[in-house]
Amino acid sequence: MTIEEGIGAGAQGRAPRPPIEIPAAAWLALTLVFVAVCLVVARGPVAVGQTTLNGLIAAGYFSLGAVGLTLVFGTLRIINFAHGDLLTLGAYLTFGLNAMGAPFWPAAAVAIALTALIALSLDYVIWAPLRRARTSTLQAMLAAIGLAMVIRFTVQFFAGSQVRGVGQDVLSSINIGPLHLGSLQALVLVVGVVASTLVGLGLAFTRLGKQIRALSDNMALAEVAGIDTARAIRVVWIVAGGLAALAGILFAAAVGSVNPNFGFFTLLSLFTAAVLGGIGNAYGALVGGLVIGLAQEWSTLFVNPRWKPVVGFAILIVVLLVLPRGIFGGSRERS
Amino acid sequence: MTFLNLDFWIGVGVIAGIYGIFVLGLQLNVGFTGIINLGQAGFMAIGAYAMGMLVVDAGWPMALAFPAAVGVAVGAGLLVGLPTLRLRADYFGIVTIAFSEIVRYVLQNASFAGGNQGVIGYDAEWRAFQSWVSPHLKPLGLDRATQAPLLIAVWAMLFLCVCGLKALQASPWGRALRAIREDEDAAAALGKNVFAFKLQSLGLAAALAAIAGFFLALNVTYLYPSEFDLSFTFFGYAALLLGGFASYAGAALGAVVLCALTEGLRFLDLPLSSGQVGSLRMILVGLMLVGLSLYRPEGLLGNRSEMQLRA
Repeated sequence: MTIEEGIGAGAQGRAPRPPIEIPAAAWLALTLVFVAVCLVVARGPVAVGQTTLNGLIAAGYFSLGAVGLTLVFGTLRIINFAHGDLLTLGAYLTFGLNAMGAPFWPAAAVAIALTALIALSLDYVIWAPLRRARTSTLQAMLAAIGLAMVIRFTVQFFAGSQVRGVGQDVLSSINIGPLHLGSLQALVLVVGVVASTLVGLGLAFTRLGKQIRALSDNMALAEVAGIDTARAIRVVWIVAGGLAALAGILFAAAVGSVNPNFGFFTLLSLFTAAVLGGIGNAYGALVGGLVIGLAQEWSTLFVNPRWKPVVGFAILIVVLLVLPRGIFGGSRERS
Repeated sequence: MTFLNLDFWIGVGVIAGIYGIFVLGLQLNVGFTGIINLGQAGFMAIGAYAMGMLVVDAGWPMALAFPAAVGVAVGAGLLVGLPTLRLRADYFGIVTIAFSEIVRYVLQNASFAGGNQGVIGYDAEWRAFQSWVSPHLKPLGLDRATQAPLLIAVWAMLFLCVCGLKALQASPWGRALRAIREDEDAAAALGKNVFAFKLQSLGLAAALAAIAGFFLALNVTYLYPSEFDLSFTFFGYAALLLGGFASYAGAALGAVVLCALTEGLRFLDLPLSSGQVGSLRMILVGLMLVGLSLYRPEGLLGNRSEMQLRA
């Protein structure tokens, strides 16, 4: 979009509105509750409770992963195919540091910082030059796909392609009535919920959060309004990289064992979450992650769990066809 | 193994020819129509599996199963394109990725496709034909190379496809495609049914993928799902960028060069495990995609005036 178009779009008087219109969010909540009740009737409360719990765990890493994906798209118009591999990178940096003697969670913190730094430096090396060259959608997509391959196979080069455990206690568990939860999974659940909430609050109330949302909504307008876009772009990459790494670590901890392909194959679920929430809408991505997490786990009540990824892909296709602007209608007039 | 091992290079030639046919479909979609098809490996899987299952499960002769499989793949292309080709270019790309992955998961998990064991035993007729042809290749000195008949068949098909596509490109149909690539709205204003042209382009690309899948099936002797993962499509895009957009001969050349380069890696005698060499190969392909997008966005041998893809 050129600057003229941007100003034109703003001048047409699209008033700033709350990021999530209450009716849409309420409808969504009602729908989820309604579906849950139907499932309870069909499959009994214990099975539904267990899958809901699993869905909430998955929602943590889907939401956190999708926020970065959607912010990068909103601000830079890049469909970042390499985003999923940032999840892989975060998890494997953690494993690497862990193997070198650092305890798991401090290692995770360092890995998150490192991944954020790598995401930022990739902007200098690849994305900034592509922006300057005004590259087409196709070439940006191909660069992203290439970058995804470089990250994934570099991890695989050093770590090997085999499945590896997270090196943590994955056996101890907590029983809440009839429900069963691994203690590591419980930790993942708590971290996921807390982090998602913090991200949401940060976007809503901090100055930087507001700037990023403004940028993601309309870059040209944000620039005219005096926002330091270069700085905001750097922040977006740091946030996207850091949250992706956190999501990857949570994924690995929740599942217990991963191989270097997991991030790339999670990418489609992250896309689904981002598109569901309206691409470019960070709150939407958080909610989209919740929906996709619950939907995939609830699907196991009816079909073999090995079809879970297919359920996710099918949702992606249906959402793109039926609701290309997401549940909340999206914040921009692009179909 | 020495550098001048004939069997090895014939094998590389077969793979390069298969990729060449595969990439022609990408070129038609991306280079000449402006639709970003990232699901080409899915169409190839459908074509290859349809052929294999028609021969093994239904007992069809291969000569009949092959065109039928191409038809199935075209049907899949139309089915995918009908609801999705009206989407934005980038969303269409994502949908085709999802489609490709769904195909792979279904082949992996559904009992009809043999799961991870795959499909085997469809190539008896081809083996018979191959051993009948081999002695006749003595004048060329190729009678001992078992894969030589396949090499000749693949390259003959590649040549036919390039000629056919070039002829199509010079036709009014081809000109309409390029008009759509340059400016959809203008083409529509001139009375072209943009959607129908895109759909035909996707269907034809699916047919090319199925042809490539047929030869891949003959080359590997049994079909299993992980052969058809997204990397195959991405490798194809690297070949496409290498050869350059909007040139069929360039696309075929790109496939040959990329295959020779990546297969030739094994002669470097690196102190690495075979898994690491495999990773290195994919890293190189990835670097090539990034580097060419940055420095030669129209491709190495591409035509800059032809390629102004904006979405």
